[in-house]
Amino acid sequence: MSDLTRMTATEIAALVAGGETSAVEVTQAHLDRITAVDDRVHAFLHVDTEGALAAARAVDERRAAGEVLGPLAGVPVAVKDVLATRGVPTTVGSKILEGWRPPYDATIVQRLRDAGTVMLGKTNMDEFAMGSSTEYSAYGPTHNPWDLSRIPGGSGGGSAAALAAYEAPLAIGSDTGGSIRQPGAVTGTVGAKPTYGGTSRYGLVAFSSSLDTPGPCARNVLDAALLHQVIGGHDPRDSTSIPQPMPDVVAAAKLGATGDLTGVRLGIVSEFVGEGAEPGVMAAFRESVDALAKLGAEIVEVSCPTFAYALPAYYLIAPSECSSNLARFDGVRFGLRVGDDGNRSLEEVMSLTREAGFGPEVKRRIMLGTYALSSGYYDAYYGQAQKVRTLITRDFTAAFEQVDALISPTTPSVAFPMGARTADPYQMYLADLFTIPTNLYGGPGISVPCGLSEGLPVGLQVMAPTMADDRMYRVAAALESAVGTFTPPAL
Amino acid sequence: MAAISREEVAHLARLSRLAVTEEELDMFAGQLDVILQAVAQVGEVAAADIPPTSHSVPLTNIFREDVVTPCLTPQEALSGAPDAEDQRFRVPRILTEDVAS
Amino acid sequence: MTTTLPAYDEVVARYEPVIGLETHVELGTNTKMWCGCPTDFGGEPNTRVCPVCLGLPGSLPVANKAAIEAIIRIGLALNCSIAEWCRFARKNYFYPDMPKNFQISQYDEPICVDGYLDVEVGGETVRIEIERVHLEEDTGKTLHVGGATGRIHGATESLVDYNRAGIPLVEIVTKPIPGTGALAPEVARAYVTELRDVIRTLGVSDVRMEEGSLRCDVNTSLNLPGAEWGTRTETKNVNSLRSVERAVRSEMLRQASVLDAGGRITQETRHFHEDTGDTTPGRSKETATDYRYFPEPDLVPIAPDPAWVAELKAALPELPRVHRRRLQQQWGLSDLDMQSVLNAGAVELIEATVAAGTTPAAARKWWLGELSRRANESGVELAEIGATPAQVAELQGLVDAGKLNDKMARTVLEGVVDGEGSPTEIMTNRGLEVVSDTGALTVAVDEAIAANPAIADKIRSGKVAAVGALVGAVMKTTRGQADAKTLRELILERLGVQG
Repeated sequence: MSDLTRMTATEIAALVAGGETSAVEVTQAHLDRITAVDDRVHAFLHVDTEGALAAARAVDERRAAGEVLGPLAGVPVAVKDVLATRGVPTTVGSKILEGWRPPYDATIVQRLRDAGTVMLGKTNMDEFAMGSSTEYSAYGPTHNPWDLSRIPGGSGGGSAAALAAYEAPLAIGSDTGGSIRQPGAVTGTVGAKPTYGGTSRYGLVAFSSSLDTPGPCARNVLDAALLHQVIGGHDPRDSTSIPQPMPDVVAAAKLGATGDLTGVRLGIVSEFVGEGAEPGVMAAFRESVDALAKLGAEIVEVSCPTFAYALPAYYLIAPSECSSNLARFDGVRFGLRVGDDGNRSLEEVMSLTREAGFGPEVKRRIMLGTYALSSGYYDAYYGQAQKVRTLITRDFTAAFEQVDALISPTTPSVAFPMGARTADPYQMYLADLFTIPTNLYGGPGISVPCGLSEGLPVGLQVMAPTMADDRMYRVAAALESAVGTFTPPAL
Repeated sequence: MAAISREEVAHLARLSRLAVTEEELDMFAGQLDVILQAVAQVGEVAAADIPPTSHSVPLTNIFREDVVTPCLTPQEALSGAPDAEDQRFRVPRILTEDVAS
Repeated sequence: MTTTLPAYDEVVARYEPVIGLETHVELGTNTKMWCGCPTDFGGEPNTRVCPVCLGLPGSLPVANKAAIEAIIRIGLALNCSIAEWCRFARKNYFYPDMPKNFQISQYDEPICVDGYLDVEVGGETVRIEIERVHLEEDTGKTLHVGGATGRIHGATESLVDYNRAGIPLVEIVTKPIPGTGALAPEVARAYVTELRDVIRTLGVSDVRMEEGSLRCDVNTSLNLPGAEWGTRTETKNVNSLRSVERAVRSEMLRQASVLDAGGRITQETRHFHEDTGDTTPGRSKETATDYRYFPEPDLVPIAPDPAWVAELKAALPELPRVHRRRLQQQWGLSDLDMQSVLNAGAVELIEATVAAGTTPAAARKWWLGELSRRANESGVELAEIGATPAQVAELQGLVDAGKLNDKMARTVLEGVVDGEGSPTEIMTNRGLEVVSDTGALTVAVDEAIAANPAIADKIRSGKVAAVGALVGAVMKTTRGQADAKTLRELILERLGVQG
């Protein structure tokens, strides 16, 4: 049999369902691949060998008993370490949660288990999902399989790199300002941020509650859609979960794969094709736009003037929410405790614990958010940012009156070298310039590989109206049918 | 002029329960100043009569029925505790009294 | 600290008090505010917790519909407007009994605003304006270990139990209440009492101060007549109705002594001490607290359907004030009499006794007489005296049936209060029953006449009033078990005198 790790999730599921291979065999192949390459890539923080094999055996037993399996049964999945996994270490890339084994499963993890997928382990990430390079992980950076000296994007660099390194065919990410799409773009993989409320946040360790959106990562659009379908849909444990049936993203991906976009109007965001992006990125984007036009799409330019303020608004809203969300990490109920020598007070121990447990980027954002919420500053910062959020939403709404979906490059640049931006936090923030507006609006966005620049992948972003996730899958799948997928050099 | 002083950063660290070092204070003061000056751009947008958006999903009245669901066992509840005693979470002596609620 | 406090009369002659009350009520829902953990009082530590109320990373709150319904009903009963749209907010501060280090509460968008509650004090109706009623979550409980007193001061460590964390808590805040003068302490007590009765009538909480399901903070300030309101203090740890009154009074006296000495009142939190009846300052905060409120992003806004609110309003039970007015009429009481029933805390007790078949007059007689006296003597609330309305009704039934006379009934009631059993049991066990066998009684009467010939002659000669002496004698020999009226008639009959 050909290499199981090179197959799509769709192919693997079909082989398992047809009895041509077993879930155990598939799982073992991926575990072997992890053993072979992950010391160089460092996509995983924890590999759950026993749990994965046990889950695989259970799938094989169910199949042997004649059960009809779901469309992804037996397919391995790598899960970003931001989701709570019962009994399996969950660190959020932070020292403050080192060794924590949650007593419960995130809803998405539960759905993955119910669907018969096999969780291989937990993937690396920027601490608390704050970052765009995975260099802010407390457990060391992840390397981009395209060029190990470059970053894999972030915060979900581990999930994207695991896909690009063929360590897993599917992965889960979470996207607060681009943490699924930006790593997807720079690793040549597909990353989709669903409509906010379309995927459950229950069990997702919160960074910025009003923006955090878990979603699927894969090496092709159809696989992403299949994973989206498994994890998505209403969850009564999440008050912000939309209590409506979600659109049929799988059918949309299949429709898009036929390569026909006749009657589809796409809008290029004018503000994102100016000086903001590298020439190589722009070149690949322009070629893809031509390809989309050839598939029958009507292409127009749409101006969204307030998008220019999305980044500053985001860096007020997200840190504000994070300053509150991360208050619970105090060394009382779980996680790290530092300095409890029997003499120090709780207040001192708490401050020493948080000082030792959080990395510099997390501390920066906590303090920034604390500042933005303080009385006297609230109106000028947090309050004003929320008004800007309204204006950005209005820009989206107006744009979607003219077009079916918006497109832009996913990121301004290809994967940058490791260490290039860690000294200048604001430069790091710019990596999310094109992805952030969607998070503020709440709509879905997907990054799909669209070409290479200097041998490194470039992603194209498709943004759709809220609860029209199917539209972005259709466009992304159509583009994929025209430009193909991209394979990194052998590791 | 700096958007934020070193003293203000020290105050924020105290409010945030972060025992930052002197070196960190120097570093954060500079970095937060750069970031604050950049994010202050939101003030350029004329938005006086614009309502704020706190939730992107236009949902209201999401409620749960008043029905008991299973709890964790005390063992599970305390499993992650750095320190526990008599089935309770143990913490060092508390200096400040609870002044809220 | 042994400062001599000024006399209360002098204080209220010189200063005008302004009071305000913040009351927290734990709702009696089956489950907590944001999760399905049960809310029962007590229980082994950390047995009623889940990822949500422990604030574990990744957990999310979902609002309990019954709690939302309960607070709307409270708001309606307090004549509040119900917000068309409102949100929860996070109140950020670090404290170990708060699992998330923020409390989900309401800030500038409370669900109920601008209401009032009328209370009666000294025959006058005082309207207490309600500023807001909002919903929040309770904290866990902290046990301070190693100190001498079990209090935070001097403790070497603390132990936290999160069973109470997340129980829905309703906070009812009054507007400042000026103009009550010397009555301020009584007004405070009357308000909390009335509020408790309203909430109990709604059936949304058991409102037991001793178990902490109703907790009260009292704000007090003093100002010179015509001057601006003074700096207020907030007194916490006020755990009984009596303490509400005492706390206001004690704080008025303390503030007056500070002001008299030319001092200034510090805006601070003070603790009330049940044993001494005075207040001491809470430990001051390191810096001014900035709670950094912002809308809770994990919850969506509440927009109560007006039709639902109207339905809840229509279904409100008869509220205590209306109910009392109806009872007053039914019982035929004057305002003054009704007030004494109220003051004694006897309305519900009398009502229940009447419901068990006793006349209002008789029920009132027992509860306001013998039982109130006993309650006062032992310093307990009338409702806690140990006699139930059913027992009082049973007792009166025995009196009406002629089995007990008034004096015996009092004795039996003593036994009931002392926990000896039901009135009938006590009557039987103690051998207390009116001797109605006229044969036995006739013998006793004849004996008494024989033993007191001089008195018997007096009666025969027309001095009927002297019959009392013989009645007393017979009562003595029958150990009081004769009915006095029957006995009197029998003696006169045996002496051949017309009564």
